[in-house]
Amino acid sequence: MRTGWRVAEVIGVTPETRTARTLRLRLPGLTGHRAGQHVDVRLTAPDGYTAVRSYSVASALPGDEFDLTVEELADGEVSPYLVHQVAVGDQLEVRGPVGGWFVWDPADPSPVQLIAGGSGVVPLMAMLRAHAAADPASPGAAAPFRLLYSVRAPDAVYYGGELDDLARSPLADVSVVYTRQAPAGSGRPPRRLDAATLVESVLPAADNPAVFVCGATAFVESVADWLVQAGHSPDRIKTERYGGTGTRP
Amino acid sequence: MGIVSSGFFGRGRRDDPALPPGQHLTDGFPVLSAGPTPRITPEEWEFTITTETGQVHRWSWTEFLALQQDDVSRDIHCVTSWSKLGTSWRGVSLDTLFESVESDCEFTMAHSYGGYTTNVPLDDLLDGKAWIAHEFDGEALEPAHGGPARLLVPHLYFWKSAKWVRGLEMLRQDEPGFWESNGYHMYGDPWREERYW
Repeated sequence: MRTGWRVAEVIGVTPETRTARTLRLRLPGLTGHRAGQHVDVRLTAPDGYTAVRSYSVASALPGDEFDLTVEELADGEVSPYLVHQVAVGDQLEVRGPVGGWFVWDPADPSPVQLIAGGSGVVPLMAMLRAHAAADPASPGAAAPFRLLYSVRAPDAVYYGGELDDLARSPLADVSVVYTRQAPAGSGRPPRRLDAATLVESVLPAADNPAVFVCGATAFVESVADWLVQAGHSPDRIKTERYGGTGTRP
Repeated sequence: MGIVSSGFFGRGRRDDPALPPGQHLTDGFPVLSAGPTPRITPEEWEFTITTETGQVHRWSWTEFLALQQDDVSRDIHCVTSWSKLGTSWRGVSLDTLFESVESDCEFTMAHSYGGYTTNVPLDDLLDGKAWIAHEFDGEALEPAHGGPARLLVPHLYFWKSAKWVRGLEMLRQDEPGFWESNGYHMYGDPWREERYW
């Protein structure tokens, strides 16, 4: 049963930032997944109380392994446990990966624009990785990929080294907007993402790109509105919103 | 009971009878949408019910507001596992809208501005179970939450409560809508945890 609860083993943990880390899980029987999908994680307390949360898959691995990157929420119930307590060798109950909408399909030759706000970069990273790993014969392998990543500060960036490598490769264009603190020596003050910066940074509407936007609700609302105002067709824009009360870009 | 997560104690409420399995409480009102928020003015808004014979029942915004208005308080449950208890809505009961509709169909498809669709059996819309809501917490419903008006079917997972609703189409046979074609359950009863296929 694809959508029942199954037991995965934690086989690796990698810190991304002070408040986020990546868990590599092995789920026997899994044979890959689609880029952009999520899994549900269920924790059970000794008295039987359970808590379930959804996390995006960050990796694009064939076979039975996948990565989740989890950001610790200040008032979180599950995320602090996953970020600070879970260790290699622990078992976690998971359901999925699931989701058939916010996914990149290697059979789609369209150019792709990814727009991330903070931890919203996670499912988009799965798409970048799937694109980089795509069979050269698949129509999507040669599709232009561009990532616009709005992030608070340099020390809040996920996958920094890998994004730098991608930015230097022909596989993808990567631009990062720092909203609170810019990197030392960047010569560019921090600024909030606005409509003008967005339009300068993304593939033009005339290219009819497939656009994926992920972040806090307010970020996604603003970005999606700006894209539509800039001429992007609403039916080419797929969004995924992290719940709660997010901040504006 | 599943695998006990060593060192995890949780801090949610235990055995809250209002909380379906696998759900947790939220005080916020998270937004889940698949794409940009459509911007629909009340002037251009209309609501229709289209029967199997092609007959279209149509209400403009003004006509819709002139119908009997209900104030309802209900718990809502999102498939992403948050629940919000005692939410307050104002809107028109589907019983009111269906008063003049003749149809032999048992299924409906809700259609929204922006192209969203979701399927709901007719029985789940009638007998005081569903509304077209246009106010939340005493305020006009915000676009991000489905304004000008959304379907409210609180006894099913909240993706069934289509935002930006513009009409219902009567169907002889059940058909999947948008999320139902993308991995989610055809019916979506939170008490039976009908989340995914």
